[in-house]
Amino acid sequence: MSTDALALPGTELASRPLVSKLHDWVATVDHKKLGILYIIYALVFLLIAGVEAMIIRIQLIRPHNDFISPQVFNRMFTMHGTTMIFFVVMPVLFGFANYLIPLMIGARDMAFPRLNAFSFWMTAFGGLLLYFSLVGANGLYGAGNAPDVGWFAYAPLTSQTFSIGHSTDFWILALLVSGFGSIGTAINIVATILCMRCPGMTLAKMPLFAWLNLIMAGLVILAVSPLTAAQIMLLIDRYLGGHFFDTQAGGSAVIWMHFFWIFGHPEVYVLVLPAFAFVSEVIPVFSRKPIFGYSVMVAATVAIGFISMSVWAHHMFTVGMGANVNTFFVISTMAIAVPTGIKIFNWLATMWGGKIEFKTPMLFCTAFLFQFLAAGLTGVMLSVAPFTWQLGNSYFVVAHFHYVIVGGILFALFGAFYYWFPKMSGKMYSETLGKLHFWVFIVGFHLTFDFMHIPGLLGMPRRIYTYEPGRGWDTWNFIVTIGVFFQAVGILVFLGNLIWSYLRGKAAGSDPWDAWTLEWSTNSPPPAYNFASRPVVKSRRPLWDLKHPADPDWNYE
Amino acid sequence: MNATSMTVSGARLEWNLPDRGRVAMQCLIAAEAAIFTIFVVAYVFYLGKSLTGPMPKDVLSVPIVYTVCLLSSSLTIHFAAKHLRRGGVLSFGVLWLATITLGAAFLYGTGTEWYRLIYKEGFTIGTNLFGTTYYSLVGLHGFHVVVGLLSLSTVMVFTLTGRVRSEHAERIEVLSLYWHFVDVVWVVVFTVVYVIGR
Amino acid sequence: MGANSRTEGSNLRLRGSISGCAVGLPIFVCFGGAALAFADPTQPSSPTNIFAPASSPAKSIFGLSLFVLAVTGAIFLVVFALLLYSVVSFRKKRNDDGREPPQVYGSNQVELAWTVIPVLIVVALFMATARVIALVQKTSPPGNAIAVTAIGHQFWWEYRYPDLGVVTANELHLPVSDPAYPTPTFITLLSADTDHSFWVPRLGGKTDLIPNHPNTMWIDPQATGVYFGQCAQYCGTQHAKMLLRVYVQTKDEFNQWILQQRQPAFANDAVSQGQRTFETTACINCHTVSGTVANGRFGPDLTHLMSRDTIAAGAAPNTPQNLRLWIRNPDAIKPGSLMPAMQLSDQQLDALTAYLETLR
Repeated sequence: MSTDALALPGTELASRPLVSKLHDWVATVDHKKLGILYIIYALVFLLIAGVEAMIIRIQLIRPHNDFISPQVFNRMFTMHGTTMIFFVVMPVLFGFANYLIPLMIGARDMAFPRLNAFSFWMTAFGGLLLYFSLVGANGLYGAGNAPDVGWFAYAPLTSQTFSIGHSTDFWILALLVSGFGSIGTAINIVATILCMRCPGMTLAKMPLFAWLNLIMAGLVILAVSPLTAAQIMLLIDRYLGGHFFDTQAGGSAVIWMHFFWIFGHPEVYVLVLPAFAFVSEVIPVFSRKPIFGYSVMVAATVAIGFISMSVWAHHMFTVGMGANVNTFFVISTMAIAVPTGIKIFNWLATMWGGKIEFKTPMLFCTAFLFQFLAAGLTGVMLSVAPFTWQLGNSYFVVAHFHYVIVGGILFALFGAFYYWFPKMSGKMYSETLGKLHFWVFIVGFHLTFDFMHIPGLLGMPRRIYTYEPGRGWDTWNFIVTIGVFFQAVGILVFLGNLIWSYLRGKAAGSDPWDAWTLEWSTNSPPPAYNFASRPVVKSRRPLWDLKHPADPDWNYE
Repeated sequence: MNATSMTVSGARLEWNLPDRGRVAMQCLIAAEAAIFTIFVVAYVFYLGKSLTGPMPKDVLSVPIVYTVCLLSSSLTIHFAAKHLRRGGVLSFGVLWLATITLGAAFLYGTGTEWYRLIYKEGFTIGTNLFGTTYYSLVGLHGFHVVVGLLSLSTVMVFTLTGRVRSEHAERIEVLSLYWHFVDVVWVVVFTVVYVIGR
Repeated sequence: MGANSRTEGSNLRLRGSISGCAVGLPIFVCFGGAALAFADPTQPSSPTNIFAPASSPAKSIFGLSLFVLAVTGAIFLVVFALLLYSVVSFRKKRNDDGREPPQVYGSNQVELAWTVIPVLIVVALFMATARVIALVQKTSPPGNAIAVTAIGHQFWWEYRYPDLGVVTANELHLPVSDPAYPTPTFITLLSADTDHSFWVPRLGGKTDLIPNHPNTMWIDPQATGVYFGQCAQYCGTQHAKMLLRVYVQTKDEFNQWILQQRQPAFANDAVSQGQRTFETTACINCHTVSGTVANGRFGPDLTHLMSRDTIAAGAAPNTPQNLRLWIRNPDAIKPGSLMPAMQLSDQQLDALTAYLETLR
C-alpha cells in the first residue's frame, strides 16, 4: 500500500503528515487503493451484520424467548440480509476485482479510474444511508426506524398503508444509491477487460478470474437495473400516488415479486461467480497443475450467465403461477445445475494427479468444494417445485442459501484473503492463525448450517421471531445458535491475523506461492503504476513460461 | 483507441482492442435498456386492468409531430458526427444545434401534452393504473432526453468556444450512441403506448 | 494423469482423511439424525413433519422427495468420495522431489461424460417433477368436495364455507376423506391486506394468499386429528403467531359442527351488561356476532368464540383469564397485533368476558 516514490540511496524521505495520507485515500483513483477501501468497508459491515445474526440466533435459541421484541427482530433480519448482500459481499467482491483485474491483465489501472472512485463512494454512502435509518427520521424517538420488511421487501407490505414512516424509504434509497455504484463498477470492469489487456492476452488467454468477473459484471448490468426500476416504481407508489403495486386499485403484488427476483436470482450468481474466480486461481497453484478444461470452464460460465436470467420464478413456486409456468421454471433451474456441476468436476480434475499443499488458502478452497457441492444439491432439491411447496420460505431454504453464501462464497473469500494478502500488504500472514481460523470457523459453520436444514424439514417457516414448543424444533435451534459463537471466534481470529500480520509479518516477496499469473510478477505491494514496462504474454500462464523456458505452456494450449 | 504494435520474439504483433469509451457507453445502454424494459413490461401488463378512470383511447392523442422531431434529431446527430470526423467543425456545429433544437421541441411537445392531460382532463399519475404506468414510462424517457440535452448542450458550449476538433470525433460518436438509444426507446414507447395500447 | 507412488505412510493420509471427514461427518450426522427423527411416520415426533404426510398432495410430494433425496444423495456420495480421495491421495508427499506433476490441460471425452450424465439425471428428475405438479395443480374439484374460502388477515385466518353458510376464524374444521371414496376440501385463498401463506405440512405444500390474486389448493386429510401449521410468508410484526389449526373430524362430527356454527348467538340476560359493553364500545366495528348488531369484518367472527381451543390465531389457549388479558392488553399476548387495548375498567372487563364466555 505504499505510494512513496522510490528513495534514492543516501536520502531520507520525510514522513508525511497523517492528514496527507488520509487525503490520499479519500481522493484516490488508484484501483489498488479503491480495492482495499472496498474490502475494509466490507469487513466493517461484516462485523455489524454478524452481530445482527447473533442477535437473531440468541432470540431463537429457545421457544418463546424474549431477548428482543418482534419489532426489533423483524428489523434485525431485514438489516442482516440487506447488509450482508449489498454492503458486505458485493463490496468485497468488487474490491478484489478492482485490485486484481488490472494486475492480471497487465494494465496500469482500470479503464475509468474516476468512475471507479465515484462508484465506491456511492456504494459506501448507500450503506451509511441504510444505517442512518437507526437514528434518522424519528429513529431516535422510536428506538430505531430501520427497515423491517425483509430484504426482498414484498408488496404490499411496503406500501404507505402497511409501512408507516420512513423505514422502507431508507431501504429503497440506500439500495438505489449503491445500485448506481454497482452498475458503475460493472461498466468499468467490462471496459477494462475488453479494452485494456496487455499485448498477446487474447480473451482466450486471460485468467479465469477475469472471465468470471466479466460475466459477473454483465449480470450486474442486466440484473441490478430491474431492481432500480422496481424501486423507482415503489417510490412513485409511496410518494406520488402511483398504483404499481396497489392491489386496491387493481395493481399486482406478484409483479413486484417478478421484478425483484429478475434482479434477485442473477444477483446470487453475481455473488458466486467471483467466488468461483478465487477458487479457479487458488486450486491450480496449490495443486501445481493448470486448471483442467479452461475452455469448458469459460463456456460453462457463459452458460450460467445466460441461464441465470431465466430461472427467477423458482422463488415464486408457491405464489400460484399455474402448473405450466411452474414446470418451465423447474426445467430452467435444473438446467443451470449442469454447467455448475461441470465446474465442480473440473476443479476436482485439477486437483487430481497434482501435488497438493494445504496451506490456508487451499484449506478454504477445498472446503468450498465439499460445501458448494452440498449446497448445490440442496438447490437441486429445491428446484423440484413440489418439494419447494413444502420447503419454500422455511428454514430449509435459509440453510440452503447460507450454505452457498457462507459455506461457498465466504470460504472462497477467506481463501482469496489469505492468497492475496501477501501481494496486497507485502507481508506473510501467520499460517498457524490461519489454520486456527479455518478449524474454528468450519466447526461453527457446520454446527449452524447443517443442522439448520432439519427445522425446515419439520415445518419451521422463516422470519419468525419466536416459535411454538412441541413442534420438534427446539434442540435443533439450540445447536444452530451455538455454532454462531464458533463462527464469531473464527472471524475474530481472522481479523486478528490480518492486523497482526500487516504490522509484524515477515516480508512476503513478489511471488510467495510460485504462481503463474501476472500479478505475481510485480512487487508486493505493487507500485502505483503496476508494471515498469507493459507485459507481453503468449499463454495463459505467463510466469510458468518464464520459469520453464524449455517447456512453455504455449506449446500445449 | 488501443492500437499498439509490439515486437515479441522477433515477430510484429498488432494489438487492437476496442475503444473503452464506446464499450462503456454500450454497457450503459444495456443497463438503461433493462430499466426501460421493466417499465414497458409494467405498462403492457397493466393495459386494460385499471379499475376506474380514463382509458388510453379516451385521453391520448398521437404525438406525430414531436415524434418526427425526435427521430429526425437522430439523423442530424449522425451527420454531425460524420462532418466532424471529416474536419467540418462549422457544419458539425450547425447540425449539432439542430439536434438540440429538435430534442428541445420534443420535450416541449411532451410538456404541452402533459399540461393538457393534467389540467384539462384531470388525468394524473395517481388517477389509475394507466396513469401510473403512462406517466412513469413517458416521464422516464423524458428524463433521459433531458440528460441527453444537457450533455449535448455542454458539447455545444465547447464547440462555440472553439474547443472541439476532428480528433474528438470518437467521443462525439460515443455520445451520439446515447442519443440514438434515447430515440430507439421512444420508438418502442410510442409503439407500445400510442399504437398497441390505444 | 501420472500415478503417484503410494509409499508414504499413513500419517499424511490420516490427516487428509480427518480434514475430509471434518466436512463430511457433520453432514452425515445431521441427515442421519434427521432420518431417525422421521423414522416413524405414524407417531411423528414433530406434528409439522413434512415426512409424515396425511393427505394426498402431501403424499405425492413425499414420494417425489424420496426419489429426489435418493438421486441427490447418490450424487453427493460419489462426488464426495472422489473429492475425499483426491484430498488424501494427491497430497504433496514429505519426500517430494520438487518437480511439478504432469501438467494436464483437459480432456474432451471426460468433459463430455460429465456433461451427458448430469443432463440425463436432470431429465429424469424433471419428468418425475412435472408429473407431480400436474397431479397436484391440475386437479379440478369433484362434485362432493367441500369448498372453503380462506382469507388472510394481519394476523389471523378467516374461513368461510360458502355452500354451508358458515363463517369462522383461525380453526379450520374439515371432514376426513376416505381414500376409497375421497371427499377432498378445495380452499380458495384470498387476502384482505398483505401476502400470507397457508402451510400445514402434514396436509400439503404451502400456497400463498395474495391480495388481488386468488389461489386455490386442495387437501384430503385421511386421518382424523388436529394438524398444525402457520403462516409462511412474512406479513408483518406478528407473522410468527399467525398459527394454523386444522381439525379433521368424522363426517358426523363435522356435520354437527357445521350445524352448531350456523346458529346465531342466543341472547342471555345473565350477561346482558357485558353484551351492552360489547355493543356500545368499538368492538362491533371489527367483530361480528350473528344475531346481534355486531357486524364488523376487520377482526374474527366471535359468534362461536367458545367453540375454539385457542385465541389470537393460536397465540394463547382459550381460557377466561387469557381472554380477559387479551381484551385488556393484547400486546401482553401478541405485541404488534392489530387489536387495540380497549381501555376498559375492571368491572367492564369482567362483564365482557362473562358475555364472551356464552358465545359457544
